Amino acid sequence: MGSREALEETTAAGGKTIDPLLQAYRWMLTARLLDEKLATLYRAGRIHGGVFMGKGQEALSVALGQGLQVTDIYAPLIRDGAGRLAFGETIHDALRNCLGSPQGPMRARDGNVHRGRPRQGYLPMLSHLGAMISVVGGMLMARRIQGKPVGVGATCLGDGGTSTGAFHEAINLAAVERLPLVLVIANNRYAYSTPTEKQFACHSLTDKAIGYGVDSHSVDGTDLMACRNTIFEAIDQARRGHGPQLVVADLLRLCGHGEHDDAPYIKDQLKASPLGRDCLEVAADQLLGERVATKNQIETIRQEIVESIETAVAEVSRESLPCLTHYDWCSLSTRRLADGVS
Amino acid sequence: MTYLNAIRDAQHHLLETDPRVFIYGQDVGEFGGAFKATKHLAEQFPQRVLDAPISEDAMVGTAIGAAIEGMRPIIEMQFADFSTVGFNQIVNHAGAFFWRTDVPIPITIRLPSGGTSGAGPFHSQSLEAIYAHYPGLVVMTPATVEDAYSMLIEAVQINDPVLFCEHKYLYYHLKAERLPEHSLPAGRARVARPGRDLTVVTYSAMLHEVLEAAHELDSEGIQLEVIDLRTVKPIDTDTIIASVARTGRLLCVGESWPWGGVNAEVVSRVAAEGFHLLDAPPKRINAQDTPIPYHPDLWSVHRPTARSILMAARELLRI
Ligand SMILES: Cc1ncc(C[n+]2csc(CCOP(=O)(O)OP(=O)(O)O)c2C)c(N)n1
Ligand SMILES: [Mg+2]
Repeated sequence: MGSREALEETTAAGGKTIDPLLQAYRWMLTARLLDEKLATLYRAGRIHGGVFMGKGQEALSVALGQGLQVTDIYAPLIRDGAGRLAFGETIHDALRNCLGSPQGPMRARDGNVHRGRPRQGYLPMLSHLGAMISVVGGMLMARRIQGKPVGVGATCLGDGGTSTGAFHEAINLAAVERLPLVLVIANNRYAYSTPTEKQFACHSLTDKAIGYGVDSHSVDGTDLMACRNTIFEAIDQARRGHGPQLVVADLLRLCGHGEHDDAPYIKDQLKASPLGRDCLEVAADQLLGERVATKNQIETIRQEIVESIETAVAEVSRESLPCLTHYDWCSLSTRRLADGVS
Repeated sequence: MTYLNAIRDAQHHLLETDPRVFIYGQDVGEFGGAFKATKHLAEQFPQRVLDAPISEDAMVGTAIGAAIEGMRPIIEMQFADFSTVGFNQIVNHAGAFFWRTDVPIPITIRLPSGGTSGAGPFHSQSLEAIYAHYPGLVVMTPATVEDAYSMLIEAVQINDPVLFCEHKYLYYHLKAERLPEHSLPAGRARVARPGRDLTVVTYSAMLHEVLEAAHELDSEGIQLEVIDLRTVKPIDTDTIIASVARTGRLLCVGESWPWGGVNAEVVSRVAAEGFHLLDAPPKRINAQDTPIPYHPDLWSVHRPTARSILMAARELLRI
């Protein structure tokens, strides 16, 4: 088990030890409630641009964030609020990026899901799907060349993202170099409105692993315990030198592409299928079944999270706006080489 | 010492003196590169001169990741033309990263650029303008053996992404006695030849066509002042304006396509900042606005030559 889990056992709220499964649930619920809060703020006109939610993907997302160690590399994608929290992002940072606070990780220069702290191995996604995979690979290669401990690099993609040239180039390169890369595909059946039939013709996305010469794993993305087992196993395999690991999770996007989209194209049949289960409900049942928590405890956790989100919104709302006078319009770190900047 | 050897020696120097440097590109390892710009380097630095698959997007992505981890990668594109496959990583990822995150991306992308006889539409391109268009990138276009050496070393030392446009025509044609001990810093243009009658701003291989034209006009008592930009982003506007202030006339010469390129930028700056200095409308000559032709005869008139430069200079001077 990763050191992050060991850490969370000792540093959980109130100094009490918290079961890793319950901690996973806590992050999932935080991500869900934070998303809902962001949607409210968006509808109230407080968030510019868009809001992209991870509803239905929290179990998969949290498993990856939780399985990684602090020294590993993590490049999450659009629907990874839960994994981000598990990897160490604060509610404040997430809110700052969405509300455009200059005190946020991207200093109001980039927004919503495009956030990270690269110096801490936590990469801000480029919008261009597939572009993060080779960057994670490059970080791993650099550590290897420098003779440093390499660790594991993990990144996420949707079913649609697997059709990009960037995906193909990067997974092939990682395979050639046998990099300890974990690539998690959330096959949520749609890329915006496009169904998977128009995205790829292979039977299963795990089939692609054969062509690239990498290991693959498939998992029910609605099942927290299954996601934890499968993803921890994939991370372990990568860490032990077995090269890139492709994890394909089956699930369904339980929301629109963004808050602007009511997703009429998602088929009722799919919603009614096992793919349409809400992973949060499944996880809560698992907590009860494993006797890790009681219904009352879960309710208390919910209250605590709601309070911490409300507090964070209030605090971040008070942060300053970008200062427009004497703004530093310099895109190079070498100032003397910035064209037209004095 | 040829221009190509200067590039090879600069990389040798960088690998030897800076453990953060590594070279990544197609066939750069044991084979020594398509043009032999990395000849024997893999023998000496087997861990840091690495063959890449034909994946320009992933090559640049790899370099960005390595830079985040504190390394200083050099990416060799086999031809500048193929860098378009890595365009997204170059302009959107590398170019925007420092602005977005405050983490600099010190990568150097070597682009074997420009036309050579018989190379055709996709092994001849000069892409400096399209990269210069994007924020967050430095674009170098060395025209001399000395600059090929010292500017490549500087490119790798610069803490930002640098597109290093090395001209293939100059690889073997251009020779120097020895490597420079001192050089102008990046971002500074050089007056390659002083003169009083007409300022000609150029860069890369076109410098040599311009110098040939200048030499010919000299025998008629006409003096061209030739400015080698060296770096096209940033542009050294001060040196250009100072020269136009002396000559009152401007001609821009570039091998790339005409629409919105380096020449257009220079003319625009002089018009905006030095209009009152001009005695005649500024002029520019570029390649034809077509793909680069294969046949040597077509190619020889597709891009500017000493002859066409001479004609343009005469027109500008009304002689
Ligand atoms: C290269 C690229 N093309 C288009 C887009 C616009 N776009 C953003 S998200 C998206 C759909 C992504 O679908 P998928 O990869 O399945 O992820 P999901 O949204 O389902 O999580 C599209 C087309 C983009 N971001 N990048
Ligand atoms: Mg999808």
